[in-house]
This record gives sequence, structure tokens and C-alpha cells, in this order.
Amino acid sequence: MRIWPVASGVAWRTLKIVYTNLALFLPQILFPLFFFTAFAGGLSQVSRVPGFDFGPGYTAFQFCFVLVQSAAFGGVFTGFGIARDFESGFARRLLLAAPNRTGIVLGYAISAVVRWALVAIILTVVALLARMNVFGGPVDVFGMYLLALLINLCGVLWAAGIAMRLRTIQAGPLMQMPVFLMLFFAPVYVPLDLLNGWIEAVATVNPFTYVLEAVRSMLAGEEAHVALAFGLALGMVVVFAAWSLRGLRKAEAAG
Amino acid sequence: MSAIASQIGAVALRSITRTARQPASWIPPILFPVSLMFVNAAGLDASTQLPGFPTDSFLAFALAVPFIQGALFSTMNAGTDLAGDIQTGFLNRLALTSMRGSALLAGQLGGIILLGLVQAIVYLLVGLAVGVDFASGPLGVIVLLAFAALVSLGFGALGSFLALRTGSGEAVQGAFPLLFVFLFISSFNAPRHLMEVDWFRAVATANPVSYLIECVRSLIVIGWDGQALALGFGVAAAISVAAIALSAWAMQERLTRT
Repeated sequence: MRIWPVASGVAWRTLKIVYTNLALFLPQILFPLFFFTAFAGGLSQVSRVPGFDFGPGYTAFQFCFVLVQSAAFGGVFTGFGIARDFESGFARRLLLAAPNRTGIVLGYAISAVVRWALVAIILTVVALLARMNVFGGPVDVFGMYLLALLINLCGVLWAAGIAMRLRTIQAGPLMQMPVFLMLFFAPVYVPLDLLNGWIEAVATVNPFTYVLEAVRSMLAGEEAHVALAFGLALGMVVVFAAWSLRGLRKAEAAG
Repeated sequence: MSAIASQIGAVALRSITRTARQPASWIPPILFPVSLMFVNAAGLDASTQLPGFPTDSFLAFALAVPFIQGALFSTMNAGTDLAGDIQTGFLNRLALTSMRGSALLAGQLGGIILLGLVQAIVYLLVGLAVGVDFASGPLGVIVLLAFAALVSLGFGALGSFLALRTGSGEAVQGAFPLLFVFLFISSFNAPRHLMEVDWFRAVATANPVSYLIECVRSLIVIGWDGQALALGFGVAAAISVAAIALSAWAMQERLTRT
């Protein structure tokens, strides 16, 4: 029932706020570039560690992590906007006006995808200028971005669920800390095989590990864990979609 | 006790009490750097196998980072608290009293140094608890605490300057990403001589934060390295002197009696 007018309106408004406000626009672009620079530039010697065998090189290895990280945090940053809308009272007026409230969640999700798409393009251009090797074919590369996009959706749906339950920007740390921990408990700096101790145990059961390894394998043209990664990512999208819609119902009930 | 000493004492006590009463002000500066250290140390442990890596424990190598990262948080704490005083009008009311600007600044910084020392002791205990050997021994631990106090003073004064110039807690918080950039584009994750990307090594070499980290790292990993200590203390002293001078000037402007 009239979901698209609501979704497109919410998405348009969210994007307009972001792209006309430098304080919101610049961090989402600069932080991934900064992490990419710091990790790919400062840690390139790690590729000489015995057992490190990622063909395209360390720049490509870190590009994959930063791509997934930017996708996840792109979603979380959109969650901050949702919380701000509740604090300002706009979201309550929106709940009154929208003929189909599910369109509100959809609109925020669309805006998160568009926001991240620009980041992904800029990040890719910078990585290619830094002479990143891409060994995968067009299908691999498409799969890599598609998987990152699913992570972007997971990020926004998770953050939307939190924002709609707590309805305050003070919930920001609650939105980003679990995502930060999940990302950094994956094999960020070296492949899973080179991890030892507690981090290996944690990384082995962390779903982001398989997403990250699949993204890296597609960039290298040697697919590994791809079906598992897509299955996990799709599963998380479904779970977090239910989480965010339940959050919407709680926001409705709160009035 | 002289009037100025009692003024400093009163402001320092207020600064310490205010920080102690707000767990959000002191728990993240202690927990976050330690968490990041454990995650990085676990993920980068394999890099100790690189020829020329100064230690076989990445945790010992990484233990230097929380000392400097915690001090960066001091910048935020000092600045945000002082900006709060400006925004609420507390500083204007103080300007009506006989309180001297220098006493206000010194008291504020005294509280920050104490927080910096508490942080440093926690990081030391964490290091000892996970089996890190301090190559410089007990005397090195004392030097490390003195260095932590000096670095906290420098970054605390920097935060105070930002607060006094802008009068806004948000503006002080907005400077945090910039300080974080200084941390990441330094030798915090790798020794400079092992960095393969020339431009990154050049930037890390020009970055004063590298020398702060390497000073702490030398005491933990190497022992007594005169050059690292001289550079670290020199950079920390230079930051402190410059930041205190700027803060004193900004305080004078802020407390101008009309």
C-alpha cells in the first residue's frame, strides 16, 4: 500500500541533508580513505610474513577490509540520522503522515545504499590510483560489491532497530560498538590461517570473517567461502530487517 | 598557603571530582585504548616474524600505544569540561572573582595530569598482568609515569586552548578525528624502519606522535635508548610549552574584564 512515495520521500530527504551538510558528508568519505591509507600504507610489510599468500598484494588485501567496513559504517551513520529525526520530533510527524510506515525503514535503507555507493566509488578510484591489483573477473568484482552492499543493508537495519527503540542520538555508541567489534574480530591484518590464540577462535565463529574472506577471494579471482558468505549476509539482512521493523512498531507504540 | 596555591588546589579538586563523578569521562579513555591494543596485538602478532622486528611479542610492542592514545582522550576531557564551563557561564562568573586565569588553567591541567597518571598506571598493570617485561626495569617505570604526566599536560593544554578559543564542546569533540589521524599515520603499528611505503614512512617520520610512541616503546622493549628518550621528552615538552602558552593567551582573552 503506497510504500514507494514514503520510501522515496524519506530517502530523498535523508540524502539531501547529508549532501548539503559538510559535517555529515566529509567524515563518511574521509574515514574509509584514512583507514585505507593507514593500513595499506603503514602495514604493507606484513605481506612479507611467512605464510601470507594473497596474490593481489597488501593494498588489495586492505582495500577489501575497508570496503566492507565502509559499507557497515555507512549503514550505522544512517542510523545516527534516524535517531536525530526522532530527537527533533520529525520522525513522530512522519509516523503520523506516512500511509505505509514500512516505507520509512525502506527509505532510510535506500539512502544508506546511495550514500555508501558514492563512498565505494571514491574508495575504488583511490585504490586503483594506488596501483591496487584486481585479479578477479567482472562477475567476481560484481559479487564483491554485491556482498558489501548486503553488509551495508545489515548495518542500516541494525542501527535503525536501535534508533527506533531508543529514539536518541545517545544510542550512537550502542549502534557502532558491536559493528566495530565484529569487524575488528575478523582477520583484518592477516588471513585467518595466520591468526593465533584467542583472536583465531573468535574470528573462526565471526560471520564477518567469511564475508571478508569471500570479498578478498573474489578480488583475487580465487573464490572461497562465497556461497557461505552470501548465505550469512542474506540471513543477517532478514534478521535485521525483522529487528528494524519490530523497532518501528515499538516507536509507533511509544507515540 | 598562598592565595594562588589555594586557588589552584580548589580548581584541581573540582576538575578531579567532576571527572570522577562522570564515568563516561574516564572509563572510555581507559578501556578503549586497551581493547584496541589487544585486538591489534592479536591481529598483528604474525608481523613479529619479520626480520628486524624489535621484539617477539607484539603485545609488548603495542603497549606503548594506549599511553599516547589515552593522552589524546585527555585533550577531549580537558577541552570539553572547560568548554562546558564557558557555555554554562561559570567562567564568566569566575571572572567576577579574584580568581586568576593562570590558577584556573593550572588547576584544570592538574586534574588532567592526575587522570593521565591513573590511566598510565592502569596500562602498566595491564601490561604486567599479561606478562610484558619492562626492559628498562623499575626505574624505567618511574620515567614512563613522568613521561605520561608530561604528555597528558601537553595534550590537556591543547584541549584547553581549543575550548577557550571556540567556547564550544562540540568544536573540541570535532578535533578528535584530526588527532586520531596523527595517531594512525605514525609508527603506532609498525617500526618506522620496516615501513615499505616511502611516503608513509616520511609522513610517520615527520609526525611528532611517532616520537612520543617510540619513547614509551623504547622503555618497554629496548631498555635505555638515549635518542628515543631525548626525542620523546623533547617533543612532549615542546607541545606542552606551546600549548600552555597558547592556552594562557586564550584564557587572558576569555577573562578580559570589561
